[in-house]
Amino acid sequence: MIRIFKIALRNLMRYKRRTLLTSLLITLGLLMVILFSGLAGSFKEMMIGQITDSNLAQMQIHKKGYVSSIDTSPLNLTINQKGYKKIEKMLNENPDVEAYAPRIKLSAMLSNFTETTNIRLNAIDPDKEIKVCPDVSERMKFSGSQTPDILLRPGEIIIPEKLAAGLKIKIKDSVVLVANNKDGSVNGLNFTVAGIIESILGPQGKEGYMHIKDAQSLLRMEKPEIIEIALRIKKFDKLNDVYKDLKPALAKFENKKGKPAFEIHTWEKLSPFSNIAKMIDIMTVSMKIIMIAIVLISILNVMMMSVYERVREIGTMSAIGTAPGKIMSLFLAEGLSLGLISVLAGNIIGILGIYILNIYKIRYAFGRQDNLLLSPTISFSELAWVSAIVLLVSVFATLQPAYKASRMEPVDALGHV
Amino acid sequence: MALVQIDNVSKIYQTGEVQVKALQDVTLSIDEASFVSFVGPSGSGKTTMLNLIGCLDKPTKGKVFVDKDRVDTFDRIQRAAFRGSVLGFIFQAFNLFQVLTTYENVEYPLVMIKNESASKRKEMVLKVLESVGMLNQKDKFPDQLSGGQKQRVAVARALVTQPKLVLADEPTANLDKKSAVNVIRLMRSMRDEFKTTFIFSTHDPGVMEEAEVIHTLEDGRLV
Ligand SMILES: Nc1ncnc2c1ncn2[C@@H]1O[C@H](COP(=O)(O)OP(=O)(O)O)[C@@H](O)[C@H]1O
Ligand SMILES: [Mg+2]
Repeated sequence: MIRIFKIALRNLMRYKRRTLLTSLLITLGLLMVILFSGLAGSFKEMMIGQITDSNLAQMQIHKKGYVSSIDTSPLNLTINQKGYKKIEKMLNENPDVEAYAPRIKLSAMLSNFTETTNIRLNAIDPDKEIKVCPDVSERMKFSGSQTPDILLRPGEIIIPEKLAAGLKIKIKDSVVLVANNKDGSVNGLNFTVAGIIESILGPQGKEGYMHIKDAQSLLRMEKPEIIEIALRIKKFDKLNDVYKDLKPALAKFENKKGKPAFEIHTWEKLSPFSNIAKMIDIMTVSMKIIMIAIVLISILNVMMMSVYERVREIGTMSAIGTAPGKIMSLFLAEGLSLGLISVLAGNIIGILGIYILNIYKIRYAFGRQDNLLLSPTISFSELAWVSAIVLLVSVFATLQPAYKASRMEPVDALGHV
Repeated sequence: MALVQIDNVSKIYQTGEVQVKALQDVTLSIDEASFVSFVGPSGSGKTTMLNLIGCLDKPTKGKVFVDKDRVDTFDRIQRAAFRGSVLGFIFQAFNLFQVLTTYENVEYPLVMIKNESASKRKEMVLKVLESVGMLNQKDKFPDQLSGGQKQRVAVARALVTQPKLVLADEPTANLDKKSAVNVIRLMRSMRDEFKTTFIFSTHDPGVMEEAEVIHTLEDGRLV
């Protein structure tokens, strides 16, 4: 076995330039996959992290039908106290749920006493919200350089930066919010601007924040009602499993017509970024397919040339009694070695490349955000997978030439010049 | 029974419309430990004859026995195994493996064909390299050797598996006169040392003289 690889390696060294070029090509293919997976993967992870940790949360529960009419922020599809209690009980009993927070989504008119504009607001219970979206304050600017202990007190509002800029509103300014409640009656309240928030991609990316109690009084709710419950689970990679647990549990709560009263969605259903994430996955797969094609074609090409150039040698091996299987394994070892050399080089350069990319952090802008820092990573299992694919394809590409070599008749092969 | 028995053997090559009778109704036998040469002009059927005895090819008609086995009925795999265990080969163009040293070339059949243990291999390779006088060149690669030296290595490679019979098709055709005679004499002394039967072909009268038995072929017939 060792001998077979020794002969294979010597034969590869015989055509140094060709071996080098081929393994360089495969190395590049592998490198492309490693770097792209690293970069795209970390971009995806970062964007998902931002969406789930600072904005949408990982899952949301609404009154049935809310998400399909989300654009109008309907105020009649609320969850009342009784419903909230029931859901709360269910969530408390689920061991996978880490935290949940009630929210009210509303749109209102924002006025700085001279100008008025539309604003969409996320009314939160700050203590609970911070457990569901631990990074919620990351995009917020406050009067001091630090985030206050209590994110938001009743009477305070946090305004999206574009609105603040447009209306020339500064922190600590007074503003008025005017809103229609679900019966159409109008109400207005005074607020102090406590902070400014950067917007991010997605349906809830340009919302301001206010206290849930204020929203309830602004909307003149006689009994406290809410619009959505945001959820965080203990292990994010179990998201779909937990979703599959919660969905039927929630479906047990029925309305008067005997239909499910509530609905639950994961962030993927709520954010358009899930489509971008899917695109990234598709691109990563495409990269891998391209890499497989590169490996397949280049190794097939080299090994076919090898067999053709060494017909007389193959004839000699066969004539002196080398079994066809041994001849085949000699060539397979050669193809595998070529793949192995490339895999080693690709891994070393790839890991080095990712390491360097992490030293010189990449800044990029996405949507309205700039100065995002990308820190590409690639998991060991991903590397192992990609490497295994390359090795497997190397052997596969060598099968045909190796088989051809093993089937050669010594008389014909020896006569070949 | 003789080591090699050729019974009424014919070999006809069919290329398109043309039929070439490379061998016609040849019957002969070759004794164990003999030193035999097939001679004759180019195209007379020497290579065809050696290929049939060497289990590299099958006759169109007739029977071929080598070492009591009827080899013309063997399939591909059987022939390969038979060549590896009973026969040794020496080629006109030496056919050493370029990427292997002298030592490794001689060791090759023991590793790739015979699966001998490492210690046994070493003993056998060194012994046969000593016999052909190439021990001092054991770490050189083929392209560092002269033609005569290469053929000595090839003789060693053919003998290292201790075959019953060594076949050599025009082993001296690529050598100068002096080396040619030396290689043939080496082969004969190997026969003396190991009792191995040697069959070679040549059209060189100087080389022919060294043979003990000469079979002459002409247009595929024994004369
Ligand atoms: N593979 C083949 N196909 C067709 N004709 C062949 C083939 N091999 C040999 N011959 C013919 O058979 C005859 C004998 O050839 P060969 O045995 O090579 O003679 P020698 O070795 O004595 O020169 C020649 O006429 C040659 O052209
Ligand atoms: Mg010939």
